[in-house]
Amino acid sequence: MNSGEIGRVDVTERAAELLRSLRQRYGAIMFHQSGGCCDGSAPMCYLKGEFRTGVHDVHLGDLSVPGVPERIEVWMSGPQFEYWQHTHLTIDVVTGRGSGFSLEAPDGLRFLLRSRLLTEEELNSL
Amino acid sequence: MPQYAAPGTAGSVVEYRARYDHFIGGEYVPPAEGGYFENPTPVTGRTFTELARGTAADVEKAVDAAEGAARSWGKTAPAERAGVLLAIADRVEENLEKLAVAESWENGKPVREALAADMPLAVDHFRYFAGALRAQEGTISQIDEDTVAYHFHEPLGVVGQIIPWNFPILMATWKLAPALAGGNTVVLKPAEQTPASIHVLLELIADLLPAGVINVVNGFGVEAGKPLASNPRINKIAFTGETTTGRLILQYASENIIPATVELGGKSPNIFFDDVAAADDAFHDKALEGFALFALNQGEVCTCPSRALVQRGIYDEFVAAAVERTERSAPGHPLDTETRIGAQSSNDQLEKILAYIDIGKQEGARILTGGGRADPGGELSGGYYVEPTVFEGHNRQRIFQEEIFGPVVSVTSFGDYEEAVEIANDTLYGLGAGVWSRSGNTAYRAARDIQAGRVWVNNYHSYPAHAAFGGYKQSGIGRETHKMMLDHYQQTKNMLVSYSVNSMGLF
Repeated sequence: MNSGEIGRVDVTERAAELLRSLRQRYGAIMFHQSGGCCDGSAPMCYLKGEFRTGVHDVHLGDLSVPGVPERIEVWMSGPQFEYWQHTHLTIDVVTGRGSGFSLEAPDGLRFLLRSRLLTEEELNSL
Repeated sequence: MPQYAAPGTAGSVVEYRARYDHFIGGEYVPPAEGGYFENPTPVTGRTFTELARGTAADVEKAVDAAEGAARSWGKTAPAERAGVLLAIADRVEENLEKLAVAESWENGKPVREALAADMPLAVDHFRYFAGALRAQEGTISQIDEDTVAYHFHEPLGVVGQIIPWNFPILMATWKLAPALAGGNTVVLKPAEQTPASIHVLLELIADLLPAGVINVVNGFGVEAGKPLASNPRINKIAFTGETTTGRLILQYASENIIPATVELGGKSPNIFFDDVAAADDAFHDKALEGFALFALNQGEVCTCPSRALVQRGIYDEFVAAAVERTERSAPGHPLDTETRIGAQSSNDQLEKILAYIDIGKQEGARILTGGGRADPGGELSGGYYVEPTVFEGHNRQRIFQEEIFGPVVSVTSFGDYEEAVEIANDTLYGLGAGVWSRSGNTAYRAARDIQAGRVWVNNYHSYPAHAAFGGYKQSGIGRETHKMMLDHYQQTKNMLVSYSVNSMGLF
């Protein structure tokens, strides 16, 4: 889903389908990866611009999802990125009921991260 | 009694209604847009009630009610407000089993814990803030012979409160008790995973409160939480949850220039120094229990001691004993009073925990026990259970750095005091920490050097009302519990009075 480029983020087909549906209903969207309590450590999906990224946030990459006209930006706080930078993140979706203000929760669905270690080759090219 | 009957079956001490609306202005009001959402129990995965799906229009109505009640509630005598809090405490105490079973069924936590901790603590918090309010005093400062500065406490007005799902009634109490004591009215949004048990509480206490003092709007974060947090008519917002939503809440608060308190979790270190194992005695046993407390409430606690740091001199033996202690508790039926580990609160929590166990393994951490989903069998097979899991690894692995919010602890060793403190502080968070040592000097120094708002020394997971709770670093802003919370829910009015009849001679 990320045009075959080496990147830090990707999305599963199930999640891509949900993103198309959210985009159609609400307009342009974005992700910011959360940390901490309760529904922390889960990706939060907002209307683009709803969450104001700051100077210390890291733009992890963009998701290109067929049927979504613009790329979907994925962000994380800088200090959190320090601890996460050696892993590749795939946004997936499961049934559930996250709290937080993420757009998909009322659908009874929750975005979830699946992670793997980046290979040395990937790390060198990032 | 070995096991309580499930709500909805014969002999249950609590009955949930089939549907709950919003509680606004002292009565139940259907949702403006007519929608409802299902509430499943994580014990079996089956739906047991449904709740009004709140939207901006419902929040507006609740804020109207809270605004309408704010003036008279804020002017009531402290003795009267304290009396209401004491009466609430009595009702909770008289209905302790009912509320404990209601919460266990909704959240998945063992009823053993709700009976012994959540509900008695809720009772105590209401009583504590009744007492704190009665004893609260303003101050008088003598500026010069004829000038006096008086400082009065005044209510903020209408406060918004967004409650997490891990302790649905106790976390609501932590926020409600000081807010009501301070003379504020409240619009509260329970978590969408656990929206119903607060209504069991409301049914018990509604007659004690003037209409509009507490208003509850159910619903999802994006549909009901956002209109509440961004509402220009609230005078404060309080939130417990995670960092990204915390930032969003602070962003909305900055737009309205209102105070916000946010409690955003942690990755709390639990440090065991060599001298813990100097004798095989009651204290050693207490320390092992302190280790195993990572599984309390299935690990769904902001202060979960999810990083255990064990000194090298005792590492092998202590960790082996700690693993054995952990294995004594397996997930079971939450309504069985012998069960110590219940169900995770929702399917997405379960999936997230399993995803973390997966990345832990990929990063090379070793599983010492657990490591998978648990199936206690029977009707529980549809619920969300995880084996208590002990990982061994190093502090730079993601399982040491991120809040998993499950019964998962990551263990590592340290050589000396300096290394212990360095590892303990190598985290984004600073909510809780545990220090275990027979040396008062070691424990004192470590507790002072650890950057966390609550450091338990030779104990863990105790939450008395008269001790301040809150985080350093990215764990949040502000405190909960303790009488200082009254300040978080009150304005300071300074009246500066001149008792001189003479002009200043300046102008």
